[in-house]
Amino acid sequence: MKLKTAILAGSALALFSTAALAKDMTVVSWGGAYQASQKAAYTDPYVKMHPDINVIWDESSAEAVAKLRAMNEAGNITWDLVDVVASDAIRLCDEGLAMPIDPDKDLAAAPDGTPASEDFGDLLVSECFIPQIVYSTTFGYRTDVAEWNGKTPDDICDVFDLKTFPGKRSLEKRPINNMEWALLCDGVPKDEVYNVLETEEGQARAFAKLDTIKDQVVWWSAGAETPQLLADKEVVIGSTYNGRLFSLIEEQKQPVAMLWDAQVFDLDGWIIPTGLPEDRLAMVKDFVKFATDTQRLADQAKYISYGPARKSSAPLVGKHATLGIDMAPHMPTDPANAKNTFLYNYEWWADYRDDIDAKFQAWLAK
Amino acid sequence: MSEASDTVLTTQDGRPLKASLRKALRREKLRAFLLIAPLLLFVIVTFVLPIADMLLRSVENSIVEETLPKTVQALASWDPTSGKLPDEAVFAALAADLKVAVKEKTHTRLGSRLNYEQTGMSSLFRKTGRHVKKMKEGPYKEQFLEVDKDWGDLDVWQTLKRFSPPYTAGYYLAAVDAQQTPDGIQMKPEDQRVYLLLFGRTLFLSIVITVSCLVLGYPIAFILAALPLRTSNLLMILVLLPFWTSLLVRTSAWKVLLQQQGVINDFLVWIGVVSNTDRLVMINNQTGTIIAMTHILLPFMILPLYSVMKTISPSYVRAAKSLGATDWTAFWRVYFPQSVPGIGAGAVLVFILAIGYYITPELVGGTSGIFISNRIAYHISSSLNWGLGAALGTMLLAAVLILFIVYDKIVGIDNVKLG
Repeated sequence: MKLKTAILAGSALALFSTAALAKDMTVVSWGGAYQASQKAAYTDPYVKMHPDINVIWDESSAEAVAKLRAMNEAGNITWDLVDVVASDAIRLCDEGLAMPIDPDKDLAAAPDGTPASEDFGDLLVSECFIPQIVYSTTFGYRTDVAEWNGKTPDDICDVFDLKTFPGKRSLEKRPINNMEWALLCDGVPKDEVYNVLETEEGQARAFAKLDTIKDQVVWWSAGAETPQLLADKEVVIGSTYNGRLFSLIEEQKQPVAMLWDAQVFDLDGWIIPTGLPEDRLAMVKDFVKFATDTQRLADQAKYISYGPARKSSAPLVGKHATLGIDMAPHMPTDPANAKNTFLYNYEWWADYRDDIDAKFQAWLAK
Repeated sequence: MSEASDTVLTTQDGRPLKASLRKALRREKLRAFLLIAPLLLFVIVTFVLPIADMLLRSVENSIVEETLPKTVQALASWDPTSGKLPDEAVFAALAADLKVAVKEKTHTRLGSRLNYEQTGMSSLFRKTGRHVKKMKEGPYKEQFLEVDKDWGDLDVWQTLKRFSPPYTAGYYLAAVDAQQTPDGIQMKPEDQRVYLLLFGRTLFLSIVITVSCLVLGYPIAFILAALPLRTSNLLMILVLLPFWTSLLVRTSAWKVLLQQQGVINDFLVWIGVVSNTDRLVMINNQTGTIIAMTHILLPFMILPLYSVMKTISPSYVRAAKSLGATDWTAFWRVYFPQSVPGIGAGAVLVFILAIGYYITPELVGGTSGIFISNRIAYHISSSLNWGLGAALGTMLLAAVLILFIVYDKIVGIDNVKLG
């Protein structure tokens, strides 16, 4: 009996003391190199300053919207901070699952005093979204394809040119980006793309253009697939996130080069779930303020080739932490790479996503 | 003389034996029930309730009524076929409802819900939500039209009216590529039909996979059952080893083997069967799905076959042969009929597993080898159209149950043996 009491008391004490010592903060991200860069740039220095905080990573960003919705229905939010792409942030905000933030109050100002709302500028695409990085979906191609007779693709439309650049391509298994590229290469001016895509004829035009390469396309759904397909020589040209191609080219030294033309910019950032209790909310807000300041965003670029979302961070981007190469030329936002870029229209896709996706899937299945 | 009560058998303590027995039995039953209670509870919580929830979700549609209660009421008297916009009272009700909804931040949620039915609803509600606070008293119709001219679009109001009841058949209609229009139920335009095709393909591929499992599995089970136990146990390990290996590993291995620059193609090019320029396409299509899934589901066919064949006495075949039957006749007329229960069990098992398969088709199926489950997953995790996902899931469940009943009618479910 005595022993039992002692054990009970001991464990209760232990529980109590750990609870008092460490506060858990569950951060959701994408896993892989991206999460590693966030750990190195944001959470490691933060935990050093706040030893009482214990960061728990959850690699669920890909299905974050569905999971958050389920948690909300169950009335038990176990996440404190979630990393999502901008379009998901907008949907979470629409569904009332993400908390609106006040950039100037909740985020740190730039070192020169520029308020956060100006420093992030128009990257604040939703009132719930706290941007971290600018990434792009763009193409990589193999540099050793004999059939190309020494030519290299330098134009987005080379993807659709099977005569000059024969071989398989890999494209993402969703309409977003592919429809825009198809229209661009069908002669639609850049600023007209969404107006044309709004009409039935425009959609038919985009599908007709995609039809010309359909039997040469391998469709991917995870960002790691294109690098693998390129490395295996399964495809000669393929779209994916620029950071994936960076590691394929610079870290794994594969004979692959970047085709930056008509790269589509997208954003990735944090959202705070709604319905967090006061103490957790205060902890998360404090972390976010730290993790999205000018220096931290610039630090992340040491580990991965994604551009910081703050204007004030750009001049601070330095060299890669282990490779020692200059990171600026590998950024999608670098002037040399960003000669011809395409801006992805979130609001437009929020409306047309359901409709065009149904058509796209029907087109794919045919 | 003995009385009637004396003829009743009693136990030692004088109670009637019948009652005592009943009591003992009842205790037994209660104990048995208590023993299975945890399992029963587990099954109810993790299996029955989720299915019930899925059934409910596939028809549930209370969001419109909850978000816009006054508008739904005001719309009741509006005739959607009149060709005229609803009157001022409806717009006033909408303004009142939206003011509340914006405060509770539910208007954008409703917009996403209605966007599944009509393109543009999402931004219509988001945009209107931003302006509704600033709306003045008095004629609302013009103010709404000023915010977004879509409010003057008859389609918007027809959609709103059509989905105002708390239950809808809309998800089921969408799941069979149909839609409700003002002129009744119609098929969707050709370029949006996909689900019936996918249901058909799922059925077809599952049958092909089941048949190829049977063709490959039957001889293996036959040999395993015929060999002496020591050898057959050793061979059994070879059947079970892949069975214990992770599904993802096996699927990825098929990728390495089957792709165009893969092992099999390299070999075929090396021995000169195919030329280097037209290597076989064996993955990211139906072939890939059939090969990979046949391999993965093969043990589910072999194991029931084996356990049934093990019970077939070799003396029957010997007797047939001694009576003059050829090898083939002895097998076909004597052995095979006895192995049918194993075929039934294996086929039902493989088929039901195949029809709901998700990860393998996703990885190796490309576009022509994907199943309906891939679309269900898409609607659950990506488009968030849970209602449609639930309707598709319910239909898949119903399809399996119907096939099961048909199987019972034709072959008989009591003719299925797992050993």
